[in-house]
Amino acid sequence: MNVPTVEIFGQRVLHPSVEELIDLVTALKQEGFNMVIDLTAVDYVSFPTRTDLPESVNPERFEVVILMINHQTRERLRLRVQVEEKNPVVPSLFDLYPGTEAMEREVFDMFGINFSDHPDLTRILMPEDWVGHPLRKDFSVGQIPVQFKASKVKR
Amino acid sequence: MARVPLIGDLAKVNGEGLEGLEHNFITARIENLVKWSRARSCWPATFGLACCAIEMMATGAAHYDLARYGMEVFRASPRQADLMIVAGRVSQKMAPILRQIYDQMMEPKWVISMGVCASSGGMFNNYAIVQGVDQVVPVDVYAPGCPPGPETLMHAILTLHEKIQSGELTRRREENSGGAAIQLSEPPFEISQPVELESR
Amino acid sequence: MTSEVVATNSQSLSGTSNDGRVRLREGSAVLRISESDATSKAGNEITETSDPSEETRMILNMGPSHPSTHGVLRLILELEGETVERSKPVIGYLHTGMEKTAETLSYAQGSTNVTRMDYASPLFTELAFSLAVEKLLDIEVPPRATWIRMLMCELNRISSHLLFQATNGMDLGAVSMMIYGWREREEVLRFFEKVTGLRMNHNYIRPGGVAVDLHDGWQADLRNLLEIIPPRLDEYDDLLTGQPLFQKRLQGVGSLNTSEALALSATGPILRSTGYDWDLRKDEPYLAYDQVDFDVIVGTHGDSFDRFAIRLNEVRESLRIVEQILDLIPSGDYRIQDKKITPPPRARIDESMEALIHHFKIFTEGFHVPPGEVYTAVESPRGELGCYLVSDGTSNPYRMHIRGPSFVNLQTLPHLMRGGLIADAVAVISSIDPIMGEVDR
Repeated sequence: MNVPTVEIFGQRVLHPSVEELIDLVTALKQEGFNMVIDLTAVDYVSFPTRTDLPESVNPERFEVVILMINHQTRERLRLRVQVEEKNPVVPSLFDLYPGTEAMEREVFDMFGINFSDHPDLTRILMPEDWVGHPLRKDFSVGQIPVQFKASKVKR
Repeated sequence: MARVPLIGDLAKVNGEGLEGLEHNFITARIENLVKWSRARSCWPATFGLACCAIEMMATGAAHYDLARYGMEVFRASPRQADLMIVAGRVSQKMAPILRQIYDQMMEPKWVISMGVCASSGGMFNNYAIVQGVDQVVPVDVYAPGCPPGPETLMHAILTLHEKIQSGELTRRREENSGGAAIQLSEPPFEISQPVELESR
Repeated sequence: MTSEVVATNSQSLSGTSNDGRVRLREGSAVLRISESDATSKAGNEITETSDPSEETRMILNMGPSHPSTHGVLRLILELEGETVERSKPVIGYLHTGMEKTAETLSYAQGSTNVTRMDYASPLFTELAFSLAVEKLLDIEVPPRATWIRMLMCELNRISSHLLFQATNGMDLGAVSMMIYGWREREEVLRFFEKVTGLRMNHNYIRPGGVAVDLHDGWQADLRNLLEIIPPRLDEYDDLLTGQPLFQKRLQGVGSLNTSEALALSATGPILRSTGYDWDLRKDEPYLAYDQVDFDVIVGTHGDSFDRFAIRLNEVRESLRIVEQILDLIPSGDYRIQDKKITPPPRARIDESMEALIHHFKIFTEGFHVPPGEVYTAVESPRGELGCYLVSDGTSNPYRMHIRGPSFVNLQTLPHLMRGGLIADAVAVISSIDPIMGEVDR
């Protein structure tokens, strides 16, 4: 499949859109990428000047990052899917790789990105009735202020 | 105290425990015996949460032996335990459970807050960690360290033993519920329902 | 390992979804029920179901505070008598917000944060983080630092596997194993304390190298360790491996085949116990693992006994590596001499103004890392431990995500426990060897 690709530190990084994701992952699985190592997300709202995307890809607020590996050729691959802020929905990879169940639940809990067709999309790390998505940049770290006024470290 | 206490006044024992006895030389000896035995066979409840739990297990193992203080049996059931060593960071999800286990323990009970995360939130000053377990349960001894080595934990335990043996702790608990930020309406309260903590 | 096998397996694992709050899927080993439902239904028989085989089942809540768990893991079990049919592990009781905290700390402080995730083998998480930062910085660490890191990591693997042996034994009732396991661990921790200053959560492997060089006389200490530990491993064989009772408790319990393990993204001893030979130290060598000689231990049946034996023998292989490092380690700097990254030695601060300024800059603001993203992985005692780091050019990471192996391995738990007894559930949890710090982060 033809999706925009860049090379970062010798690894291929593919940029499918949300609609192309399932087809691409199915094709990769046929090709021999037999394990999804990790599925996580990044909130780029405080970093608008990023330069590592190919030109044809439109940067959105959220980016879901999927890491895959091919054990035969020892090749690692990264997929970056841009997810928009207003309606963050991504198709779930659970039917292809059941090991993504907990990873997608964590992304939902921490970022609020919904995964369609996920069997059990509930909070996994925070209590079930928690309001807010902690790893978003507009969720404050929740620090109790300390008395040391001269601290210049960015919080 | 309005009336003159008589020797061996049993009614007050029901209300105030051993503190209510006006001591003659027999009851003072018995009280000392009771305090001595409470200190010497204080059974901890397992509440190891994170890294401090590993050091707590190391303290219980052969090299730094807790069995010489009578404490090597870590009881799984809180009904059989006297001491809760909160070892590790307490997250928001875990705090109600901590309180529930504490409530299920029988009086007299004591709490050692082991490590800086349990004592004050430690290096994690954020949304996810309760900043000090004394916001949830009353703490008697704080053991600092990240994690506190077995020697520090043993020093904390021995401090607690001294306090138990001097009788200091039993008196304080009855006066003000140990200083925890929880208002008790009237003891004993329903142990089957956990105490409602303030919502966020 | 073909894609067809994985596809049929994933069919049976996913199934179709029904409506309704309680989603009890047919044929799946995972109990999909919300936590509040589990609390209200626990202990009572399931009444509102149309499937007649479910009428005698009961939902039981195990944890988060009970003796036979490795940290705070809560299990919701659906029992048919004493047999576990379906289950659901509930995590989050140790969630510390470390990934959010990492965005507020500088890169030099980052290793203090990540070290507390996997607290049984903290040096591996520090290593993954440091390798990621060094890749972004595009610097090369001196060879002696690389070999020191390898030595400390292999010793940490030994101490983590000894912890596993101890807790595994205790969970199965062999309480004396607990005492023996901690005894050996103390020897290794004593070496760590001499080198790093701490018994646990060392903050030793930092971006740029290691914090301090090995102490004088470290070879003698290490040779002492190499003499003490192997005969005691033979003691464990006497105590556990050959015992019929121990074998009956672990053999055939919690077995998994390769396609299931790959589909569930399990790595480490769980994947190797199924017979699949994948170890990052051999297959994607990092540090100096291609210059030392060791074997990768692989099981056959995929059951808990294989995982126990794999970990016991990995201790022996790690001792082999340590012995080779003793001979092969080069001399030189223990951290990179780049002034912008490595703080100067404390004595220099009194002499040179420049050294003082560099020290100040590094410890208050921190060094800046060029923007970019990277993923590095190491082989921790539990599986593949990875660090995904996104930097925006400032002195704090923009996003740091640690791929904790226990978090992913825990997904295999319902499949391993299916059809076993409750006591087997305890054995299975302990054979996966989860560390809840890196599960919840």
